[in-house]
Parts: sequence; C-alpha cells; structure tokens
Amino acid sequence: MSRKALVVADVRHGKLRNVTLEMLGAATKAAEGGEVAVALLGHQVSSLAEGLGKAGADRVYVVDAPELEKYTPGAYRKALMEIYRVFSPELILLAHSAIGKDLAPVISQRLGVGQVSDAIAVELTNGQLQFTRPIYAGKAFTKVVVKSNPVVATIRPNNLAPLAEDAGKAGTVEALSVSFEQQDLATLVQEIIQKASTGVDLTEAKIIVSGGRGVKSEEGFAPLRELAEVLGAAVGASRGACDAGYCDYSMQIGQTGKVVTPDLYIACGISGAIQHLAGMSSSKVIVAINKDPEAPIFQVADYGIVGDLFEVVPLMTAEVKKLLA
Amino acid sequence: MKILVLVKQTFDTEEKIRLQDGQVQEDGVRFVINPYDEYAIEEAIRIKEAGDAEVVVVSVGPSRSEEALRTALAMGADEAILADDSELFGDEYSAAKVLAAIARKDQYDLIIAGNQAVDDGSGQVAVRLAEELGIPHISTLTKLEVNGNEVIGHRDAEGDEEIVKATLPVLVTAQQGLNDPRYPSLIGIRKAGKKPLTHVTLADLGLTAEEIARKSEVVETFLPQPKTAGKILSGDLSQQVSELVTALHSVEKVIG
Repeated sequence: MSRKALVVADVRHGKLRNVTLEMLGAATKAAEGGEVAVALLGHQVSSLAEGLGKAGADRVYVVDAPELEKYTPGAYRKALMEIYRVFSPELILLAHSAIGKDLAPVISQRLGVGQVSDAIAVELTNGQLQFTRPIYAGKAFTKVVVKSNPVVATIRPNNLAPLAEDAGKAGTVEALSVSFEQQDLATLVQEIIQKASTGVDLTEAKIIVSGGRGVKSEEGFAPLRELAEVLGAAVGASRGACDAGYCDYSMQIGQTGKVVTPDLYIACGISGAIQHLAGMSSSKVIVAINKDPEAPIFQVADYGIVGDLFEVVPLMTAEVKKLLA
Repeated sequence: MKILVLVKQTFDTEEKIRLQDGQVQEDGVRFVINPYDEYAIEEAIRIKEAGDAEVVVVSVGPSRSEEALRTALAMGADEAILADDSELFGDEYSAAKVLAAIARKDQYDLIIAGNQAVDDGSGQVAVRLAEELGIPHISTLTKLEVNGNEVIGHRDAEGDEEIVKATLPVLVTAQQGLNDPRYPSLIGIRKAGKKPLTHVTLADLGLTAEEIARKSEVVETFLPQPKTAGKILSGDLSQQVSELVTALHSVEKVIG
C-alpha cells in the first residue's frame, strides 16, 4: 500500500546535512510508490530547494521566513503543521539532530500520534513500517511499530543508505507563506555562540578521534585535534575525560552523552567502561590506542596498538599526511 | 514559585543488559535516578535554596521507583508523586498525558526534566508534556537563569550554545554539565522518610485507559551481535602505525 511521506530537511549553518538524503532514501522505500515531499524550513534557504528536487523529492515545500532563521520549537511547529495540513503525509521523518530531536515530539503530541526516536533501520513487514532503534544506548535494540496515523520517526545520521543519484528527477518547489503569532514565538534565541571545534559534527562524522582519561589534560587533546584535522574527523571524549575537566561535556560519547556510529572510531587513552562502549561499539571500524593491554576497549577494537597515545597519535598524523600527500 | 521535576528510575549505566523471552531482565540490577534527571532535581533545589520555591518530584513507573523519589526528597525536594498504577503505563504519548493530568492538579511555574532517559533514550516525554500543557519549552540546557518571570536558558545544540529567553510558566530539560548533583546528606535521608509521597491511580487523575492508550508498540527486543576482539599490532611503534594506516586505507577503506 503506497503512502505519502514527508522528510523534514535538516539544515545546519545554512547547509543541508547528509542525513536529509538518507531520510529521502528511507522515505522513498517506505512510500511504496507514494509521493515523497521535503519540508524545507528556515530563512534564505530557498537556494537549497532545487537540489532537493533533484535529489529525489517529488515536491519541496519551502517555508522561508525571518522567524525561522534560528530554530525555535514554536515557529517551526507552526510552519511544519502548515505543510502537514497541505500535504497530509502518513509518514513524517526528521533527523535525530538538535532540531529534529526537539521538534518531533512537539509535532507528535500536537497530532496525538506515536513516534519512534533515533531509528537506525526502517523496513516494511507485511505492509507495516517497522523501525529498529537502540535502547540503553545500543546495549540492546527494539523493533517498534507505530499504530497511529501519521507515523513520526527521527532518524539517526550515518545509518541509512541515501538515495542513489537520480538526475532524471526534478521535483516541484512550492513556497508556502505562514504568519506567526505571539504564541508561536514564546521562546526567543538571543544569541548563538559557536564553540571552537574542527567544525565536524560528532553525530554525523564519518571519522571520530576520541580521548579518555589518558589524554591527562585539556592540552592533551592537541595531538588528537591535529590527527582529526588531517582526517577531516570530529573530536570526541569519554566521560572520564569530561568529568576530569579536560573537555566540554558536549564532546562526551557514551550512554550519558552522544551515541555515535562513524565509519572509523579511534579511541585514544580510553579504557572502555561499559557506558562508553554502549555509545560507540556500533562504529564500523574501531581502533584502540592504550598503554594498558588489559583495557576492555581492546575487546571491541578491530585494531589495537598498545602504547602511549602521545607517541602513537603524532606518528599516525604523520603517516596519514604521507598517505594523503 | 512551584517547581515540578520529572524523574525516572533507570538501570545504572554500568549494568549489562540480559534478555529472557525477549524481555530485559531486572533481577539483581542496580537502579539509579536517571543521570539527566539528577541534574534536573539538583537545579530545582538550587533555585529553592536561592529564593523561595517548593519542589515536587514526580515519576511514572513501577513501585520500585519510590526509591528514586525518596533519594530526590533526601536531596532536598519537598514532596513526591508516584504514578505506579500499571494502568497508567504505555508509551511516551501515554506518559505525557499522565504527567499533564498530574501537572494540571496544581499551578507549576517551572517544570524541569532530564533531556532523555538512559534506558529508552527517546527524549520525547518532557517535550510532549510541554506541548500537551501548551507551555513553551527549552531543551538540553547547560545553564539556567530564572529572574522573576523571565527564564534564560543556555542550550547545547550540537556543540553550539544557544541563549534562549522565555517567560514562565516554562518547561526545561537538563543536559550534562548543567550542575554537579549533590549526594543526599544523612540528615536529608532522615527527613526524606517523613516527607509526603502520594501514589496516584488512573481514577485519581480522572483519566480513562482509552485516552492514554499507547500509540506505538515494541514488537521485538534483541541484543546486538557481540563484537569480537580484533588484531593487536606488534613490532616497533612506527611500524605498527604504518601497518594500521595502510590497513585503514586499503583493507577497511575508511581513510584516504
């Protein structure tokens, strides 16, 4: 049975994130021939619309308004509800990102429907959509079905196959105008402070270089950052490193913190507490660098080097530079 | 000011997960207050200590959750509500409906919750509750300032810090780093036993099973394939590193 599917584009710093294309792939499969639309919300984002049409959307609904320049749940709710009213999808996909995580439950409760959070797989079983998602940060998984209409889900970046390039498609772009009232603007973003980082977002990074207590200090992250830079990687940390004050909590990977699934995870000076392993052991390839050969991290690592990270990491940086030269 | 804090009792994060007949086993497991909710409780108590506030903690969950609520009372909360009637249990939609019914019984200026629970990790319930109550919310806070009616929240948005303003009543959710939760003191623990803890049922809340019925269903629970230990490299360090980088490039194809 075909169904109409709506993908909410994930835009960060004016750029479309990859997860949008991954959601388009999932939505196209789930739609079973039904129409697939993208909701593009923001300010001065219209230039992204055409690309989305080419990327596989049958239709792109754009709500472009100054009130949407910075994310607030009220204004985004208003805009998305308008698209819902016009398109009436049976499936709504959002990214499991800062925006999607916050917006999806708003929409779900407003519509009085069920929602699957952080889905890593979507399949059709007897015509019903079944989502796989982690519980206990990936120590176990569940398969969930939503019994209400529409079905709402947030999708974890890096897990679903994006739609193959289809140059033949040219979805129509439709601009909707929405007027915002006081009740839609109950929260106001006064300022955004961009924290210093390699600029690669942890949850969407293909490669993560991560440090634990073994980095010993805030400065100890410097060699990790250098390696991350040559690899185009994001820098993460274990709870041990965060609790010790070596880095910001926003870098924490684990059951408390972020759950990540990059192609390559390089754990430096991380012993591998159960709660950390829960947050990263689904990574495709894991490299562990640790002085202690008994460290539990080696039990999940594909490659292990027993040694001092302050010797190994700079050597790696040099070796990767050589490779890429 | 009256503050409501949402609390869930969860597995300690160092616990392994065991399944039997497709169900997560709870016997022998150490339970704790969901770590994100600890920040929420601590923040409420700090607001109370800095001025004049009453802190009510609430949980929807089995009777074992009483322990978590008692700990919150020992930390300094004034009163606890436990919705442990199994007819109240469902999914995130149901929990938001139940919590809204509880919240409506009083006038709360501020509702604080953890941004997610470390067990189900769906991060839906608090935001759904705000929507159900028709009040604004600010999620994943690393800093909260309340000045009279005005709330300023510093929000962690994938590493960026957003400074967001709203007016009470408002719901906020806690991110790691919001504060450093205290341990209950001995005197706190002694006092906690005497503080009011009310159990509420479906009938108490004037709800029907139908209006809080779950909208989603878990059809299967399974454990991931165990990861097998890989290769520990040997030889001198620079040789190991060169072997590793070559393998990552040409065998695994994850770099270069």
